Amino acid sequence: MKKSTTTKEIVNQGLLAGLIALSLNVIGFIALLGERELITGWVSLGHVFLFASPLAFAYLMSKKMGAESKGKLLGVGFAIGAIASLPSIILIFIESATNIRQFLANVSPALVEMLTFGQGAVLGSILLLIAFGLIGAFAAVISALSDHIRHPLINAFAWTLGFATFSEILLIRVRDIFGRGLAKLIFSGKALNPVFAIIFFAIVAAITVFWDKRGASIKEKMLNFTPVQNKQMARGKSALIALAILFLPLILGSYLTEVTNNVGLYILMGLGLNIVVGFAGLLDLGYVAFFAIGAYVMGVLTSEGALGLDAGFTFWTALPISVITATLFGIVLGIPVLGMRGDYLAIVTLGFGEIIRIIAVSDLFKDTLGGAQGILQIPKPSFFGTDLVQPGQLYYVVLAGVLLALFIATRLRDSRLGRQWMAMREDEDVAEAMGMNLVNTKLMAFATGAAFSGLAGAIFASKLTSIFPHSFNLIISINVLSLIIVGGVGSIPGVFAGALILVGLPELLREFAEYRMLIYGTLLIVMMLFKPEGFLPDQRRKRELHPDDEIEAPPQSVGAES
Amino acid sequence: MERIKQIDFLGLIMGIFRAGIIVAMLWGTIATLMDNPYSADAWTETIVAGIAQGSLYALIAIGYTLVYGVLFMINFAHGEFFMSGIMTATIFVALPMGESGYLDAHPVIGITIIAIVAMLVSVGIALLTERIAYRPLRGAPRLVPLITAIGASFFWQYFFRGLYGSEVKPFPLIDSVAGKVSIGGVLILKSQVLVIVVAILMLIGLYLFVVKTKVGKSIRAAAENKDVARLMGIDVDRAITITFTMGAAMAGIAGVLYALVFRQVHFFMGFFPGIKAFTAAVLGGIGSIPGAALGGLFLGLFESVGPGLFLEGLGVPSPHQLKDVIAFTMLVLVLIFRPQGILGERLAEEKA
Repeated sequence: MKKSTTTKEIVNQGLLAGLIALSLNVIGFIALLGERELITGWVSLGHVFLFASPLAFAYLMSKKMGAESKGKLLGVGFAIGAIASLPSIILIFIESATNIRQFLANVSPALVEMLTFGQGAVLGSILLLIAFGLIGAFAAVISALSDHIRHPLINAFAWTLGFATFSEILLIRVRDIFGRGLAKLIFSGKALNPVFAIIFFAIVAAITVFWDKRGASIKEKMLNFTPVQNKQMARGKSALIALAILFLPLILGSYLTEVTNNVGLYILMGLGLNIVVGFAGLLDLGYVAFFAIGAYVMGVLTSEGALGLDAGFTFWTALPISVITATLFGIVLGIPVLGMRGDYLAIVTLGFGEIIRIIAVSDLFKDTLGGAQGILQIPKPSFFGTDLVQPGQLYYVVLAGVLLALFIATRLRDSRLGRQWMAMREDEDVAEAMGMNLVNTKLMAFATGAAFSGLAGAIFASKLTSIFPHSFNLIISINVLSLIIVGGVGSIPGVFAGALILVGLPELLREFAEYRMLIYGTLLIVMMLFKPEGFLPDQRRKRELHPDDEIEAPPQSVGAES
Repeated sequence: MERIKQIDFLGLIMGIFRAGIIVAMLWGTIATLMDNPYSADAWTETIVAGIAQGSLYALIAIGYTLVYGVLFMINFAHGEFFMSGIMTATIFVALPMGESGYLDAHPVIGITIIAIVAMLVSVGIALLTERIAYRPLRGAPRLVPLITAIGASFFWQYFFRGLYGSEVKPFPLIDSVAGKVSIGGVLILKSQVLVIVVAILMLIGLYLFVVKTKVGKSIRAAAENKDVARLMGIDVDRAITITFTMGAAMAGIAGVLYALVFRQVHFFMGFFPGIKAFTAAVLGGIGSIPGAALGGLFLGLFESVGPGLFLEGLGVPSPHQLKDVIAFTMLVLVLIFRPQGILGERLAEEKA
């Protein structure tokens, strides 16, 4: 490892950061996010992403350089930032000289206006260069600070950023619950009030400073609790969480509850796919097929339209039939792929998913499944005479489904079958040699996964009251796969985290929805490269993917002896 | 004892499944032929279209086969290499050239320039993907690079969607490739002739390159056994880079041919041809270049003739909607019953 950094390295890092910023510019990401203001009149989400790459690269570079003089770090940070601005500056001049928009749809005047701070090409470019440079220098400063200053700063930045990002939604909730007065104080327009942003920043920083100083002693106190006290704490915590979950729709309001319901359906599917991919190690890319089957069975059985069976089925009687049908399909589609492993399995299941979707779209079963027009007029579920129409009411249907699936998934994981799945995931041949029945084990995984997905599909159909075959495409399978990978393959809490991040966020921030698949793709790559075990990893899985952590430890002690 | 019974039971189910499909195919074919809904000309047209389509699949399939042969990974993003080249070439070269009339005045030079640009972009995207997303993951568990490749596929799709917009872009009509030409008394679309001829030339050229040249030998050595190849002084990383380059170049050419036939480009255009080309590669025997050619041809023909021949006779309404189902069913059937494909053998037990 070389300590000193060469100019070449600085230029390389700067250009890399610049190319990333340029890419984000030309695909329209920055300009679109620029429409979401964070702090009224000052910062938009677009700025955050624009400056993210020089910030990150300058930070990593100065971290890597370590114990250099402060002045040098500052210089390097500024240099990286300034170099990173060059590709975007070239873009500004190309835009002002030619009609590049004809080729690149998203290089818009709004983007250039944002990049140049509305100051025209020449002055704007200089400003952009300085801004990037300052951001780089700022990152260098942050990296050089001592921990007890850096931690509150970063914390305060993160919290303010998060608060501001969701200000549009928070604004509505604050207004509805606490009244207009407080809302006016905190927000102006749809974004944070600059004054309040500074106050909020200071408060978070102060709390962090306090926690850093006193937190250790509080934690120590908690460690010294008696077992009885610990138990009470745990009980109190569970009770609080249960209460919060029970009354969530009241806190969230109808829009956020609707989002939560969608997240819940994805959690259901995620829990199912987690069994197939995470526990049993069978990469299934056609998972949407079972979702579609559950939805279609529900639709056909209960629809009040022309396609409905009109056999007196209600949501509750049709639900088990949907789930059972999906389960059966899980087994039927599982049988042919029993002998397949890894990537071939992935492609075949993808094929199954597409076959089912195309057949549903085609005229083949038009009389029963409605072809491309889908099935309409599916009634919403009703509960003892009340129709569950509001998102706040449907929430409890979804919640019941999720809790049931959570219970089953947790129990299965710790059961004999769960251990068999994991043994199979680690090594099929060895598992078979140990006397495991691979056929049953695999089919059980497919069937359970399909059942969860069918349940989600049935609820989905009833919640939406109409289904269209086009909505059951591969993208859904990829969404579910992404969320379990981000959360942690094989990890049940990971499914919840993944669904909240990947499904909840894009629904709250419409701008992200536009680039949703781009972000998913990036996340899949980045996760596989840097954190294949996910954010909330399953312990066993983590050990499998990072065997070095454990193997490396003994040689060190050997080295110490010699 | 129980185990043996189970295998038999499964074997029985699979046997019934296989027999059922064969019977359905035959039944449909006979019924269609008895009914005879199409004229001989219509059949010829369908078959030639199938061969042209198959040639495209074959060119794309090369990329899958080469990469799978060397790295044993399904390069899910290969369809996006195909798309990226022709999208870029259409936007920056073909459309301006078409507007200025240059393309009609000098079609050969024009198409060559388009092809070069498409190839360069495809290769660039492929090498970038390989360098950033695939190379660090060599030696990771098998599913890890596959998931990365799926991620890369969606990344590039939506990256180019952001870059060029989400609408379908028209590819300019070139006079000298438009219309039909009579070959042996049969009228065939000129663009289809071009596709078939270029594809055959490219495939032969590639085959010779891999079999005859020293670089080709290094690729084959790396495919056989990377460690031993390294010991023999072969730069395996370079061999892999060249593999990606060649596959992407073929995909770039395939993109140009696709645009000449279908006259439109779109950010999602790579996905289904990609999966189908993978089917073709598996069908022919993954890892084998003649296999990819053969598999592509078969798949193209089945897909084009199949709806009219098998499905129509079975009384399926508007069978052409189910064209993709035929392709995917073939993929499933091949992977289940003959994962080594038509020409492949050595991959069967070890890698499938």
